[in-house]
Amino acid sequence: MTDATAAGVRAMVGRNFEVYKKTWKVNALPPLAEPFLYLIAMGYGLGALIEEVQGIPYIRFIAPAIVAITMMQTAFMETTYSSYVRMYFQKTWDAVMATPLTPTDILWGEVLWAAFRATINAALMSLVVAAFGLLSYPTAFLIPVLAFAIGMMFAGIGLYVSSRVRVIDQFSYAFFLFITPQFLFSGTFFPLEQLPDAARAVAVALPLTHAVQLVRGAALGDWPDIAPWSVVYVAVAAYVVPALAVRTMRRRIVH
Amino acid sequence: MTAVQARGLTKRFGGLTAVDGIDLDIPEGVCYGLLGPNGAGKTTTIRMIQAVSPPSDGRLTVLGLDAATDGRTLRGRVGVVPQEDNLDPDFTVRDNLRIYARFYNVPGDQADARADELLTFLNLEEKRDARIDELSGGMKRRLVVARSLMNDPKMLILDEPTTGLDPQARHALWDTIRRLRRQGKTILLTTHYMDEAEMLCDELVVIDRGRILEHGDPRGLIAKHCGSEALEFVTDEDTQKMDAIVAALDGVPHERLPDRVVAYGSGLEGLQHRIRDAHDVDESVLRRATLEDVFLRLTGRALRD
Repeated sequence: MTDATAAGVRAMVGRNFEVYKKTWKVNALPPLAEPFLYLIAMGYGLGALIEEVQGIPYIRFIAPAIVAITMMQTAFMETTYSSYVRMYFQKTWDAVMATPLTPTDILWGEVLWAAFRATINAALMSLVVAAFGLLSYPTAFLIPVLAFAIGMMFAGIGLYVSSRVRVIDQFSYAFFLFITPQFLFSGTFFPLEQLPDAARAVAVALPLTHAVQLVRGAALGDWPDIAPWSVVYVAVAAYVVPALAVRTMRRRIVH
Repeated sequence: MTAVQARGLTKRFGGLTAVDGIDLDIPEGVCYGLLGPNGAGKTTTIRMIQAVSPPSDGRLTVLGLDAATDGRTLRGRVGVVPQEDNLDPDFTVRDNLRIYARFYNVPGDQADARADELLTFLNLEEKRDARIDELSGGMKRRLVVARSLMNDPKMLILDEPTTGLDPQARHALWDTIRRLRRQGKTILLTTHYMDEAEMLCDELVVIDRGRILEHGDPRGLIAKHCGSEALEFVTDEDTQKMDAIVAALDGVPHERLPDRVVAYGSGLEGLQHRIRDAHDVDESVLRRATLEDVFLRLTGRALRD
């Protein structure tokens, strides 16, 4: 984090949090409403046909995956579309760069804010999942911690994408080539074992796969064999990916 | 004390040299103008002085701080009004100031007080709770000026502050700039309006293609390059008449434009009568020479895009 300071990063996170608070009702609604739709449609509707997956009811299998998907989508959305709007259209970063904050402060602030927001959304969603009686304690209390780390990882990837796109429409590629495949094939709605070997090897490399394994482990209180590897994967990616993204984005905005 | 000292200041973007080894000495407490056509390197120079753009070469000291190593401290002591309004559309007028104060580490209650004080100073109290998109262009500019003062800067940098404003808003902003100068702040100003520069600036430089063409005080520059008067003969593209007038000027400094000849000097009234009568010129104007005359003489009349 060369030439970043805690005070600077905090000021940038604070600015984004202020915006969030102004419209908190709108912001808090999706993570509360979405799990209802998913759990009813897929849990009860589809789950009635499937009954059990890996020895647990289908609804218990997918509930943690929905929470993990939210961590990914919230963080990625924040450092792609939202950050890009602040950088390119609103010139917010330009305004802040005229103050003592450095570009590195601003960019780490954006990543941390995205991770915080992923944590807020995952926590709200977990409340609904808990109301359905689908969480085991005390391991479920690890979900916010996981949300932050997983949020950092996806915020980093998002910021890296933002440092590369030339027009905002190019984010669509990132969503349909990167986000949607992970949404479907990362052990979210069916176990990884269902995939052919080659596809499974690809799936195991995807960040959401590890996010889902860990969140599901915390939600069920039952850790899969792969869990230690997933912890290492997420812990390393949570720092390395944002650090790389901050460097490439810094090159874009300092000229 | 000098507010800004630059030696051989250079900025290259790939193969393009935007600022080509300029020297600047801006004294403290003056209003200093940075003039030049589009693409001359004004904004690039300003971005280096405010320590957001690292120089490619040369030395740059601002308020006694090295721009290369003390950027954070330097930016804390400078206020910036950028060319493009970059107010935060997510916040109200007052919150734009309050949130901005956080970046300068100003404590909350102090920021609130300062915000209210500046809203009064810039006649924006009535709009304190308005959204940014409800403001007129002039109000937005005033709010950006208020924002640039939140950290009580020693030096204020204004990049084309009056572009696009109506005459009332321009005059209000000029008053504000003069008041801030009287408070002892150093003002660094870029502008395309020569009347503005002539009126506000104690000293100025004219730059073009990244190099300094001339520097001095407005009156001195006018005297040096144009004398005190400009004499225009309108010829409506009659080239024969133009040739005759130029010949009759007999070495008096002048410029030939498509439809007129402009002569510069002092005590030109006799010359005006002589040429008007001898060459049958219907329209001739004797006027005070301005900074605009100097600017055009120095930078030429070719369009810059």
